Amino acid sequence: MSDLSYHLKAESAAEVCDASPSDFVQLLKPRVMSLVVLSALAGILLAPGHVNPVIGFASLVSIAVGAGAAGALNMWYDADVDAIMIRTRGRPIPSGRIDRDVALGFGLMLAAFSVLTLGLVANWLAASLLAFTIFFYIVIYSMWLKRATPQNIVIGGAAGALPPIVAYTAMTGSFSLSSFVLFAIIFVWTPPHFWALALIKSGDYARAGIPMMPNVKGPDRTRLEILIYTLLLAPLGVLPFVLGFASMLYGALSLILGALFVALAVQVYRRRQGDAAEKAAKQLFAFSILYLFLLLALIVAEHGLGLAAFAAQ
Amino acid sequence: MSSIVDHDPFPRQDVSLTPAQQKSRRARNIAIGVALGLFALLFYVVTIVKLGPGVLNRPL
Repeated sequence: MSDLSYHLKAESAAEVCDASPSDFVQLLKPRVMSLVVLSALAGILLAPGHVNPVIGFASLVSIAVGAGAAGALNMWYDADVDAIMIRTRGRPIPSGRIDRDVALGFGLMLAAFSVLTLGLVANWLAASLLAFTIFFYIVIYSMWLKRATPQNIVIGGAAGALPPIVAYTAMTGSFSLSSFVLFAIIFVWTPPHFWALALIKSGDYARAGIPMMPNVKGPDRTRLEILIYTLLLAPLGVLPFVLGFASMLYGALSLILGALFVALAVQVYRRRQGDAAEKAAKQLFAFSILYLFLLLALIVAEHGLGLAAFAAQ
Repeated sequence: MSSIVDHDPFPRQDVSLTPAQQKSRRARNIAIGVALGLFALLFYVVTIVKLGPGVLNRPL
């Protein structure tokens, strides 16, 4: 006898998802996404020749959604450590607003849609790069490096630095030195940015068992490495002007901002105890965000408004 | 004929949602609808931009 009728286990009302759309938006890590949008926009505007605004916008949306998908998949995988850390325990999964499996499905669906859309709208080389970026962030960084080595955010930073290359490739189908320079700036910017945060939140990371630099090599070694990376970053930040794809205004601003960044890193290096040490690390963390935002915003403004050609004269 | 339903370990139950769950479900449905609409619009506009007048150029 075959009886194909069956009933699914009924959900009780308590098990029904009561997440709001804003909880799903939170899964996308909107603040990280905003940096991705800005750096990808810079990559799009650096492309030579006329960029169709519709194709540019659709590519930008695809890259942003791809970054959001990576954020959702990261929250799916890191739900256990997010629940331990004070900084992250209010996220949708550890706070119980979204089920882990729902986040996995949401992230995978968005990843697939973003890659396919970029492939159809722009080209498949850019789509492959976007897929690689998501893979790198989830598998190489989240699943492997994050819990294995204090160099986690150094190598993992490549995922956050790739969007300008993806965006430039979406517009041109090829690579360029200018997009690699933006990659290098974001890549070298990542360690001082995250290690400043790790100095402030070292207890949080230690409780969760994440081997961040201050927990493994100690705060003093972290301060030294922050200073070294900042000394590398300051000249890198000026490179767009030196190579001729940013104006004199950008050159001057990047010099001033780079010098300020180094000055704050020196403060972090020198102030090692008590409130002064924490204050210096907080200042460096806040300034690092402003630094990258201003450099990228200026490149976007110059190329978006056609000021680069004017300024170069 | 005895049915397997008689011994079903997971008997069907009615689910009554709380007002908060109903409200969040409605909000999620609206968000999905808007997202799908924007997605369709994006593909429509991109198709027109990429193909231009060629969108009409097809064998009948």
